[in-house]
Amino acid sequence: MAWTRKILRVNLTQGSCVSEPLNMAWAAQYLGQRGLASKYLVSEIDPGVDPLAPENKLIYATGPLTGTMASTGGRYSVVTKGPLTGVIACSNSGGYFGAELKFAGWDMIIIEGRSPQPVYLHIENEHAELLPAGELWGRTVWETEAMLRQRHQDPLLRVSSIGRAGENLVLFAAIVNDLHRAAGRSGVGAVMGSKNLKAVAVRGTRGVGNVADPKAFMAAVTAGKKVLAENAVTGQGLPTYGTQVLMNVINEMGASPTRNHRDVQFEGARRISAEAMHEKRATDGRTHLVTNQACFGCTIACGRISRIDESHFSVDNKPQYWGANGGLEYEAAWALGNANGVDDLEALQYANLLCNEDGMDPISFGATVGAVMELYELGVLSKEEIGLEAPFGSAAALCRLAEMTARGEGFGTIIGQGSKRLCARYGRPELSMTVKGQEFPAYDGRALQGMGLAYATSNRGACHLRGYMVSSEVFGIPVKTDPRETAGKPELLKAFQDATAAVDSSGLCVFTTFAWTMNDIQPQIQAACGGDWSLESLLQTGERIWNLERDFNLAAGITARDDTLPPRLLNEPCKTGASQGMVAELGKMLPEYYSLRGWSPDGVPTADTRARLGL
Amino acid sequence: MQKSLHIDPGKCTGCLQCEMACSYENTGMFNPSRSRIKVFDFHHEGRKVPYTCTQCTEAWCLNACPVEAIKLDQATGAKVVLEAVCVGCKVCTIACPFGTINYSRDSGKVQKCDLCGGDPACATACPTGAITYVDADWTGLERMRQWAQKTDAAAHL
Repeated sequence: MAWTRKILRVNLTQGSCVSEPLNMAWAAQYLGQRGLASKYLVSEIDPGVDPLAPENKLIYATGPLTGTMASTGGRYSVVTKGPLTGVIACSNSGGYFGAELKFAGWDMIIIEGRSPQPVYLHIENEHAELLPAGELWGRTVWETEAMLRQRHQDPLLRVSSIGRAGENLVLFAAIVNDLHRAAGRSGVGAVMGSKNLKAVAVRGTRGVGNVADPKAFMAAVTAGKKVLAENAVTGQGLPTYGTQVLMNVINEMGASPTRNHRDVQFEGARRISAEAMHEKRATDGRTHLVTNQACFGCTIACGRISRIDESHFSVDNKPQYWGANGGLEYEAAWALGNANGVDDLEALQYANLLCNEDGMDPISFGATVGAVMELYELGVLSKEEIGLEAPFGSAAALCRLAEMTARGEGFGTIIGQGSKRLCARYGRPELSMTVKGQEFPAYDGRALQGMGLAYATSNRGACHLRGYMVSSEVFGIPVKTDPRETAGKPELLKAFQDATAAVDSSGLCVFTTFAWTMNDIQPQIQAACGGDWSLESLLQTGERIWNLERDFNLAAGITARDDTLPPRLLNEPCKTGASQGMVAELGKMLPEYYSLRGWSPDGVPTADTRARLGL
Repeated sequence: MQKSLHIDPGKCTGCLQCEMACSYENTGMFNPSRSRIKVFDFHHEGRKVPYTCTQCTEAWCLNACPVEAIKLDQATGAKVVLEAVCVGCKVCTIACPFGTINYSRDSGKVQKCDLCGGDPACATACPTGAITYVDADWTGLERMRQWAQKTDAAAHL
């Protein structure tokens, strides 16, 4: 069956940890991880709840394929109501923690209430207890992992924790596991911080042994691994260059938002690209990139392990940063680099290390710094207000602002509110490059029309991972479409969104879909889970999840007016590149999208749609 | 031909497919905590190293066992634990210089790599060739080939 059929319910207010059976009827409708955790969340909380109030809940969820031999089958998601966005938050992480939680015998942890004092949750198989985290509070993620292993004398302990950003309620704080894998977006770390929960530390030795049809499962898994190995993207591009393989490609076509989306091409992109990470530095003769790294079970291994230049100003006399460590992936490199006009690879890596160390989403942090730099150049923000000079392109400002934000110092506390609140505070709300309060990732919605629609309609605010239209508009996977064209995009996006929701609920990584179609994924889920997991059933599950999330967001106060893009994307054309002169033509796509979704012209799922999906 | 496991840490990505394959082969479960091969992460050096029994010719574990529960598999050269005989005294875990034979609380016996009877699941599962199963007399052949390729290459530029 692949599920452990057990949920750990942790009430922080009462200090209790209770085991309860998984609702298998819901598992049959929502699969696991993203879908199933969302079903629990929307069933248990008031959609209007303040995300940082004790009444919000935080759910850690694995998928049925988490902890199995399926390639990439190590994912977990954290689902809650997001403080950055005020809508559903669902952040997905790799590393080893998710599989360990499953091996301990838990599909999910539902965390409720607020602890009177800082605590952490220690799980050793069926034994779970809340322990005081007094000494851990105020510590970084890295210190927390080391201290917990020491305290429990368990070098194999896996830890998922918040750093100081989460404690300080930075609205884009992440939850980080295995030093540099993160449930990164929408501020899930701030919710954890608001609950006085520092960490979840797990050791699981029970394993996963109940796949429905082991023989069929191993055959499907072996076939899937072969497809990944033989595909150019997953077999060569990603292991060699990581997601940073995108930096030059996206920039050259003029789809790389630059300097808070003023431009769509960054003249410094080459210097912060995957190719640059492979080149020997003039200073020490070493390459920035040390090696690649896999998450649990992953046969792609896109992760980067980098070594910062010890002579760089950012790490002068800071030997704790000198060793090999989690390196830049594309979204982080873009947000810390292009979005701010900073082309200093080592500075980006320093800011990236701080994001990992203290648990911040580098996308939202970097993009918010982009807004700060624009406000500074416009004279709205002064050197005195910020505490330093912050023109576009300043590596020194980027590094210092990362320290201040992570540690809650000075102007860093304002950056920690995200760009929507920051721009509103200084009277220029239109300069916030966000949707539903969440900052854009590394693709321009004017240059890639389908991505524009994907951002506007994403259930967690601006996000590339709810429907990665880049796949079609840039790489031609599964079909090549013209990025400047709007026709056909609503239909394609709906298919992407539904399929992605299913993949995100399985325990697998969405990066497999560069090579895998649902035809490769379906047999693995079917063999693991039993029951009816036909292609049709899986896609309908994805659609059900999408509508469940939408219903929650509507109940939380979202309307069709929130399914939009900042005025800059709608009115200021791309200055250069293949889409020069174009703006995001959202109005040409949105009505058709609503219609294809079975929603009213106001973006509300109709009674027929709800009935069809069993909502 | 007798073969042995050959490990090239430089190719290891840390995916743990080997640990899952080992546990699945031996216990029918995906359970790295029951794997006889372990991957170690030397994080700040950027190195990952899979490590397991090398099947010593003069096996310390075998010689230390008071009840003769560890036997040589003549076909593969593996030193194999006979679970029915093992009394769980753990003397072998003290004798082994490399730590690659370990006690299992679940079974009350020790466990170690037995080369899966000549078709090691870890090597089959490894996606990068970091773990291979090669001619025991020529485990260095691939490395020799790589260096041979470089030797005198300058003369042909």
